[in-house]
Amino acid sequence: MRAFSYEKAASPADAAAAAAKHPEAKFIAGGTNLLDLMKLQIETPAHLIDVNGVGLDKIEPTSEGGLRIGALVRNTALAADERVRRDYAVLSRALLAGASGQLRNRATTAGNLLQRTRCPYFYDTAQPCNKRQPGSGCSAIGGFSRQLAVVGVSDACIATHPSDMAVAMRVLDATVETVKADRSTRSIPVGELHRLPGKAPDLDTILDKGELITAVTLPKPVGGTQIYRKVRDRASYAFALISVAAIVQRDGSARIALGGVAPKPWRVGKAETEIGRGAKAATDALLADARPTHDNAFKLPLVERTLGAVLTQARG
Amino acid sequence: MKFDKPATNNPIDRQQVVGRPHDRIDGPRKVTGTARYAYEQHDVVPNQAYGYVVGAGIAKGRIASIDYETARKAPGVLAVVTAKEAGNLKKGKRNTAPLLAGPEVGHYHQAVALVVAESFEQARAAASLIKIDYAAAKGAFDLKAAKDKAAKPEGDDPSLDDTHVGDFAAAFARAEVKLDETYTTPDESHAMMEPHATLAAWEGEKLTLWTSNQMVAWGVTDMATTLGIPKENIRIVSPFIGGGFGGKLFLRADVLLAALGARLAKRPVKVALTRPLMINNTTHRPATIQRIRLGATKEGKLTAIGHESWSGDLKGGGPELAVQQTRLLYAGANRMTAMRLAELDLPEGNAMRAPGEAPGLMALEMAMDEMAEKLALDPVAFRLLNDTQVDPEKPERPFSMRRLDECFRIGAERFGWSRRPARPGQTRDGNWLVGFGVAAAFRNNLVMKSGARVSLDAGGVVTIETDMTDIGTGSYTIIGQTAAEMLGVGLDKVVVKLGDSAFPVSAGSGGQWGGNSSTAGVYAACVKLREAVAQKLGINSDEAVFADGEVRAGNRSLPLASAAEGGPLTGEDTIEYGDLDETHQQSTFGAHFVEVGVDVATAETRIRRMLAVCAAGRILNPKTARSQVIGAMTMGAGAALMEELAVDKRRGFFVNHDLAGYEVPVHADIPHQEVVFLDETDPMSSPMKAKGVGELGICGVGAAVANAIYNATGVRVRDYPITLDKLLTRMPDAA
Repeated sequence: MRAFSYEKAASPADAAAAAAKHPEAKFIAGGTNLLDLMKLQIETPAHLIDVNGVGLDKIEPTSEGGLRIGALVRNTALAADERVRRDYAVLSRALLAGASGQLRNRATTAGNLLQRTRCPYFYDTAQPCNKRQPGSGCSAIGGFSRQLAVVGVSDACIATHPSDMAVAMRVLDATVETVKADRSTRSIPVGELHRLPGKAPDLDTILDKGELITAVTLPKPVGGTQIYRKVRDRASYAFALISVAAIVQRDGSARIALGGVAPKPWRVGKAETEIGRGAKAATDALLADARPTHDNAFKLPLVERTLGAVLTQARG
Repeated sequence: MKFDKPATNNPIDRQQVVGRPHDRIDGPRKVTGTARYAYEQHDVVPNQAYGYVVGAGIAKGRIASIDYETARKAPGVLAVVTAKEAGNLKKGKRNTAPLLAGPEVGHYHQAVALVVAESFEQARAAASLIKIDYAAAKGAFDLKAAKDKAAKPEGDDPSLDDTHVGDFAAAFARAEVKLDETYTTPDESHAMMEPHATLAAWEGEKLTLWTSNQMVAWGVTDMATTLGIPKENIRIVSPFIGGGFGGKLFLRADVLLAALGARLAKRPVKVALTRPLMINNTTHRPATIQRIRLGATKEGKLTAIGHESWSGDLKGGGPELAVQQTRLLYAGANRMTAMRLAELDLPEGNAMRAPGEAPGLMALEMAMDEMAEKLALDPVAFRLLNDTQVDPEKPERPFSMRRLDECFRIGAERFGWSRRPARPGQTRDGNWLVGFGVAAAFRNNLVMKSGARVSLDAGGVVTIETDMTDIGTGSYTIIGQTAAEMLGVGLDKVVVKLGDSAFPVSAGSGGQWGGNSSTAGVYAACVKLREAVAQKLGINSDEAVFADGEVRAGNRSLPLASAAEGGPLTGEDTIEYGDLDETHQQSTFGAHFVEVGVDVATAETRIRRMLAVCAAGRILNPKTARSQVIGAMTMGAGAALMEELAVDKRRGFFVNHDLAGYEVPVHADIPHQEVVFLDETDPMSSPMKAKGVGELGICGVGAAVANAIYNATGVRVRDYPITLDKLLTRMPDAA
């Protein structure tokens, strides 16, 4: 771990000011991912801004009839919130499918969105990795890639985004609110938060340096049957091989987002217009540009079969 | 004590203490954090510094240059050890690769340097400042690609030989029903909770090592060889071990580097291996490719049994003994086995819980299931039909005790085996396809020389000292129970001291020989102490009965403690064995029954229940023995369903080198487990009449799971682990 300086911010404005002063700073909240990465010297911030004391830990109704989830709301609290369980069940289910009870107690809403890939080569500093060390190459392409992405990938990176929560937020059309170091604020649809790797896989999101997520807002509830189906080798405490977040309405229309297949929560508009034609048609649209490896080609039929099961369950 | 005749009645048969499900006597210390593991020995010596190991970033080649000037000057750094500072090191006979690389690199994450600093964090930070340029060389990392070049293993160990009985080729050729299939098992990691860790302290020429090691005496010998110093100058202390599974049988880099670091820094130094180093720096269970050929009559009598296995290891290493159970498990007049070893440049392969049998039975017992289906026989009936009471290779040599048939019958009854769907892929429970699987468990019982010292003080307290280790198995408890039984006292009057090379040399923990052998050693020492007590009390030791804290003979009855009034009495002895394990085949047996559900859409397999029925001689403590077996069943479930070290065949290392990537079962994967022990005593094994049980539990589990998956889905997967991707496209229609 590289030596770093540390400060505790008292408010979001305070945190923004600190970020303006220390361009190489990182925010730390739950620390469930960042601390591991610092110990491994994958993340080497010179300065840490602890945002645990800035508030932002409430879940409040919005004037539009939705919910505003503070950035510091812990995953456990979010999953257990009565309104979330009632109106956004897919989110509660996705949260509970992730990590462990202990981690969810610590992990925050914003931190969950910003967690980094679990590609094993990213974690081994002796191996080339364009995400960790731009320009060094991608060891995963042609290497062990069973867990990795099949769509949205580039020649530089095939890492997945590991979050379950983010997949549910994508299907719920959530919006991310931020404050920048210059104290300006913006709203970003969650589908635009994460970048595809292209030639710069080191950049996971479109956030600027020092830009702090303050909240995630959920629009007015859309009802429907909400399902989060996570497929994995062991029954708990494993990242998704693939996951399906679905909101299926009585008229048969549905929203679908996938986890474990792409560098970001994966949602394709055309798939939702195809849904009436069944799981195969929807999968074809979702994974139209898939470039699987030998190791992870199974994810294509797995998505189709899982989506089929989810639709059957929803229409039960 | 020489054990060379079958055991007759002895005090252990009373089973007042032995054979009872006592809680672990070390349990309170473990749950209160007062059982000190190696890295927690904070107060045994002052002024401890911390070492951090740097592992090689290539699999094969040499270190072209290494620059640690910046690291050496980093805050808190006391010393940097590389091959240069280490000087002339030899290799202990149990290590395949040197524990410290340089300039040659023999495998990925082989240690290249140790940074010693005032704090762990400083050592770790400084380690990242070391600049190493490697000249990488091409290596062989793919067992399948190297298979054709694999050779007969070298060495005089007869277990490495090809075996031939009768005329296998002819019998197989003319068999009415045949099977010829190839099965694969992957490299696996021990993945024990406690990392390899050592605190080393020098006092002049004397070196003390507080470490985590299953085999204390082996560690002393190999360390003396490695450093070129007399054995007498080394003391190893290893009282508590947070799991070993064979991964801590031998000296590893933490021990050597802690000693070298302490010598250079002139301070006690502690070193723990990080999780990635545990996987690529230390040993693993090697992958196998196994070809099995079975031939039988139409009625189901096996006439030909052939088992070949290919595995790989570094040059100078050995094969996975995956065929050994096939020589003994089933009758059949014509048989052959062979092992071939490929030279690979992956990290060192070696023993992991039930080496040989664990992967061997995953193949053999799947083949038996397939053969039963070809014969249209129930898999249990087929196995019973080919049961044997004698060594099939040497029919004049009987098993000391073999009740495999009862394991199957009792298990089948208890499990409700008769409800197994005869046709695969037919039973649905909601989204689950449900299936039953069965497999035999088989593991040889090894007897090992083992010593102990037992003393009695004036307070009536019995203290046992032996270098035996407790790797979570319950050694403390069964050793205490043995002494309590022999001396007629309660467990509360017994103090057990383990894991110190200052104590008599024991069998150590490995190969499931520890429980029976170490308690037999304690038995022998207790016999000596009983004689001393009897003599002191003026009682004929043949007549003396030790019970309830008293020694009785005829109508005399004296307090045991009174024998030590004039000073403590001590008995010390070593159990040694005659040829009973040669005249008789000593093995342990079991039957595993498993029910699985396979998700009809995703092909995820989830175990629904497991049952093991075991026959392993006297069960010294049914509670700790059950814990051993359920733990082993869990490990077997992992091997069947998820455990696989993923080899990067270009770069030559195990990629998933942490517990996020190398998945082992979690609680949610393991629902109902039941263990039944047959009530038996085997007089051929030792005066304890016990046999090993710690490895038996893993043997065959993987195949039982695999067979259940087949029964559920109708899809046969012969490459472990049976992950959903191997089933998915062959699954029956979801409708």
